[in-house]
Amino acid sequence: MSVLIVDGREIEFEPPATIIEACNKAGVYLPHLCWRPDFSPHGSCRVCTVRANGREVAACITAAEDGMRVENTADDIVEKRKTLLSMLFVEGNHVCPACEKSGNCQLQAVAYYHGVTAPTLTYFYPPRPLDASHPDVVIDLNRCILCELCVRASRQSDGKNVFSIGGRGIDAHLVVNSETGRLGDSELDIDDRAAHICPVGAILPRRGAFQTPIGRRKYDIDPIDVAGDASEGET
Amino acid sequence: MTEELDALETAANPDTLKRVVIEPVTRVEGHGKVTLLLDDEDRVRQARLHIVEFRGFEKFVQGRPYWELPVMVQRLCGICPVSHHLAASKAIDRINGVTDLPPTADKIRRLLHFGQVLQSHALHFFHLSSPDLVFGYDDAVSHRNIFGILDDHPDIARRGIMLRQFGQQVIEAIAGKRIHGNVAVPGGVNKALTAAERAALGEPMKEVLEHAKEALELARRLFLADVDHSSRFARVDTAMLSLVRNDGALELYDGGLRARSIDGGAIFDHVPVEAYGEHIREQVKPWSYMKFPYITDLGRDAGAYRVGPLARVNNCDFIDTPLAEAARVEFRAFAEPAPVQSTLAFHWARMIELLHCAEAIERLLADDDLSGGELRSDGEMTHEGVGVIEAPRGTLFHHFLVDDQGLVRRANLIVSTTSNNRAMNDSIRRVALDELDGRTLTEGLLNRIEVAIRAYDPCLSCATHALGKMPLALELVDHDGDTIATLRRDVDGGVRRSV
Repeated sequence: MSVLIVDGREIEFEPPATIIEACNKAGVYLPHLCWRPDFSPHGSCRVCTVRANGREVAACITAAEDGMRVENTADDIVEKRKTLLSMLFVEGNHVCPACEKSGNCQLQAVAYYHGVTAPTLTYFYPPRPLDASHPDVVIDLNRCILCELCVRASRQSDGKNVFSIGGRGIDAHLVVNSETGRLGDSELDIDDRAAHICPVGAILPRRGAFQTPIGRRKYDIDPIDVAGDASEGET
Repeated sequence: MTEELDALETAANPDTLKRVVIEPVTRVEGHGKVTLLLDDEDRVRQARLHIVEFRGFEKFVQGRPYWELPVMVQRLCGICPVSHHLAASKAIDRINGVTDLPPTADKIRRLLHFGQVLQSHALHFFHLSSPDLVFGYDDAVSHRNIFGILDDHPDIARRGIMLRQFGQQVIEAIAGKRIHGNVAVPGGVNKALTAAERAALGEPMKEVLEHAKEALELARRLFLADVDHSSRFARVDTAMLSLVRNDGALELYDGGLRARSIDGGAIFDHVPVEAYGEHIREQVKPWSYMKFPYITDLGRDAGAYRVGPLARVNNCDFIDTPLAEAARVEFRAFAEPAPVQSTLAFHWARMIELLHCAEAIERLLADDDLSGGELRSDGEMTHEGVGVIEAPRGTLFHHFLVDDQGLVRRANLIVSTTSNNRAMNDSIRRVALDELDGRTLTEGLLNRIEVAIRAYDPCLSCATHALGKMPLALELVDHDGDTIATLRRDVDGGVRRSV
């Protein structure tokens, strides 16, 4: 067993493990969006940024080392995460009051966890399309945060290759692997994990909107450090 | 409407006239202003109620999935979001091919709506209008407000606050939040009420009914205190439009359309709401963001109508709760068989409805269907849905067309206050002629204009939907407040950009 020291608390872990894996097993919450324990890490959202032995790193792609000192709740680290979260909000068009994922959305829940309750940066208002060509699933790219969970779920769980990320930098966007580029012409099936894994309201099964009353949605009941990751497919 | 009032819409020589502006109109929901143009002898030559804010919901719901509509459009308003939520929900029931909801869903929605109308009516009568009615139009402006009521008549203020609170508690229990909650889904609702929730809501019912009766008595007494003034002030004679139940009863949630003429005769009756477009059209005028609807059969000039409590209590044959029905009979005796046309009678009619809501809530809370298990119905998807409801301020129309993928292609909303636009303008012209013409203007005199508008309980932010036809100016302003660029669309549709 090796030991990681997180905000002064010693936690044991079995190498090899990343910092976030070690913390997750020990019940220490590290805010994150693009990480799930059963997929290969991606390191794209950077919301799990911590300071490890004095260096700022993404906890999901940094190996935990014996005796490593990790700062998770330091004020300056939290401020950086809040800025990252604010950037995610303004890069897309996240209209929480009208979004069916509200209350079950991981981006919203992490933002609340860190006290990000109002925009602090200027909105980009990018023009982003909505693809409703699939009979069972709708993609609203206004809400996509490019976490690639759908990309990995399609490849690693479903044995398909429905999604990918195209473009670079601010032009990066989710693309659908079909001749027309439309979801309705792809191999996606409603039973695929990729159809349900989206942590925000970008990929949504039809006929499930607003079925859970306010007060019974996942993050109405408990904050994300208690409730955990967004449930797959729940709106 | 009369030629005398019509003449005050547009003065022949506005540039030579003095301009008096009441901005903002206070103690109403939303932003509006009144402009008066006076000649050298202080005679009123033009009077207009302008709606100065711009919304655009009909446009930006286009391209969105239809199931978002009830949640999205309720953001039109913070006072009556439940009405928009339910009107849109009724429309998307139709898009889902559902015409009959399970009893639990139907009754949950009705209870929610009664709570909404009750709280909105209480807010309007006590918080917004009672200072004028109790203290008089000329009372000092620093005293003529809800805080003055709290100081001088705490019993009245407490009654208003308690009634509004109760209505909000009904909404919260059902929709999860007092403002902008969510319960209606395509074909039904997402929750029922437990027996414990119903019991908790029923606890203050006796007090609510007592307060509602006292509120009605206050409104009635204030109207009758000076019948001549109450009957004459801001009076305009119009047709009346509302929903009524199949048997002619007052109906707030569902039913067919009924319009009565000025003399009380039927213009149309029990018209299915889907056919609203055959009977109502909307006119656009270049000086307001609010449209001017009219009854098609009567034509643009003679087709003005009113909606809201005055129209509903006038139009229905009876109210199916005993206390409100007794009050309706007394109210209607004033003018029967013609409708009561007095603008100030809105307040009296509003409190009759408030009492009806309290009685109806008490009755519904005892209904075990509220705790039933079947919450939704399904049907075959269609491409069009019309949902009509009686919002606190009057008949509210939501009409949506969707494509094969379920995305909204077109939306048309005729919001209650919009239907009263013509009448409100004529009411302020009536006041301008009767009370202001040729006199030196004072705050008290100008307040009479606002008193006339307030009687309608307008929701100005709900009612501005003229996107695509109205002149519009967009200004790009930098952080120092300097205008960098301006984009103007003229009334003829031409667009000009200046940098």
